[in-house]
Amino acid sequence: MYDGIVQELIDELGRLPGIGPKSAQRIAFHILQTESFDVSRLSSVLVEVREKVKFCEICGNVSEEVTCGICRDPRRDPTFICVVEEAKDVVAIERTREFRGLYHVLGGAISPIDGIGPDDLRIRQLMTRLADGTVMEVIIATDPNLEGEATATYLSRLLKTLEIKVSRLASGLPVGGDLEYADEVTLGRAFEGRRTVS
Amino acid sequence: MHVSSLSLRDFRNYATADIEPGLGSVVLVGSNGQGKTNIVEAINFLATLGSHRTSIDSALIRQGSDAAIVRVNLAHDGRTILLEAQLNRNGANKAQVNHANAKLRDFPRYISTVIFAPEDLMLVRGEPSGRRKFMDDLIIQRTPRLAGVVSDYDRVLKQRNTLLKTARVKDIDSGNLGTLDIWDERLVALGTEITSERRRLLADLSGPLGEAYEAIAGSDHAVSIDLKPSIDAPESAAAYAEKFKNLLETGRVQEIERGMTLVGPHRDDVEFGLNNLPAKGYASHGETWSYALSLKLSAARLLRSESVLGDPILILDDVFAELDSARRERLAEAVADFEQTFITAAVAEDVPPQLMTQVFHVKKGTISYEIPAHD
Repeated sequence: MYDGIVQELIDELGRLPGIGPKSAQRIAFHILQTESFDVSRLSSVLVEVREKVKFCEICGNVSEEVTCGICRDPRRDPTFICVVEEAKDVVAIERTREFRGLYHVLGGAISPIDGIGPDDLRIRQLMTRLADGTVMEVIIATDPNLEGEATATYLSRLLKTLEIKVSRLASGLPVGGDLEYADEVTLGRAFEGRRTVS
Repeated sequence: MHVSSLSLRDFRNYATADIEPGLGSVVLVGSNGQGKTNIVEAINFLATLGSHRTSIDSALIRQGSDAAIVRVNLAHDGRTILLEAQLNRNGANKAQVNHANAKLRDFPRYISTVIFAPEDLMLVRGEPSGRRKFMDDLIIQRTPRLAGVVSDYDRVLKQRNTLLKTARVKDIDSGNLGTLDIWDERLVALGTEITSERRRLLADLSGPLGEAYEAIAGSDHAVSIDLKPSIDAPESAAAYAEKFKNLLETGRVQEIERGMTLVGPHRDDVEFGLNNLPAKGYASHGETWSYALSLKLSAARLLRSESVLGDPILILDDVFAELDSARRERLAEAVADFEQTFITAAVAEDVPPQLMTQVFHVKKGTISYEIPAHD
């Protein structure tokens, strides 16, 4: 234990995700001892980020304005909506530059253990967006784990009533990898989702 | 397969320990509390990613240390594989296979063990959960992919039970439980797969079990092994899934009342029969021992017949002291043809002499090899 404020700093840093007690201590001492480290810059960014960044009213992505850059962009194709769990997933899909449609961020996945049901996710907002008939296809890109799959199943049932194509991202082999190193579950899924080539 | 070298750092009571066991039986002798079982526990840990004595990994790390290291060289058919596991008190455990980073959960593909211990009596006498674990450990050893199925089933079960409990508290009527159907679907799919595998296991085990019992008890007592499923359905997977689904639907009100899932593989049991009576409640102490040993022996023989890695490594932890001399002799004979068998005993005299080929003495966390006497 360190005296007062130093320990407080370590404790606060340790509350952040992915930072254990040792990393927290290392960061705290970096802040304390490194002369070139600009504390005021960090603290002002921290305050600013909480003040400025909001969530897009349409899709739920992080945004500095009422709607996010993607929703405002006229070049995006409004007939496709890709449904993801978190804003981080939007960034991941954007990196591919393959998808030119719009997004919808749910804010998590259905998980009773964590107290998250459909009403805690932005599903109602999604249904509202789909109501005007612009959207032709909804691509469900929730995580390929139990909770993500459960959310995907729930959504696909909900959307069945609408005249909209619903698709799910494929599971399969990582590109550039070796077949022999794939685990059985992934390989099994790849077999299930195989495509006809001729 | 067999262990050609084992090295421990800060594991249980060992600061360091290194042994180079050979083929055949390897006997660890020492008074109670000296660390015999810790050696075999380390080997078993790599194969099962758990301990037969504790469910807390940190108990395996020596007091005052931050990490324990278990390093095992496995040999089979002239090939060797080096498995290294580092168990950390804080943070994730690390694993290497032949010096390349790997995942600890992949270790069971390289090493398999069958452990015989006094606790095995509870397989016959104890609660159903022990018998379910026996089955599930074996189906995972036969088909490693099923580890994911078993853990997914447990997770779906937890999610579903939480949902049922909240439904009860919030007093939602059962028609409104929109997401319950989704968990039901997963529960049925995963549960059906587990049940099919358990049935296949018991069918394949029944022949070897009869032979093993006869080998250990010295006589045929008409042993039988039957799944007592919580869902009584025909053998086919489709019929089982259908019945499972129906039971979940019809039992919904009751499940919400109780706040738990009332049917499924998590409520299965196995009935071990002996002379057409259930062994639980009818078998004598000696018969129960014979039964427990036969279950493990037949499991070992089944794994051997299917494995590409050769025999599983047998571990007989404090077993001989509990047996009468006739059972000792017959058990010694039954394990003699396995590639390698680790035996722990407090008193060397308890171990049949034909197994005393390699003896290590364990005292206060140090191990010394006894040079065999030649006559």
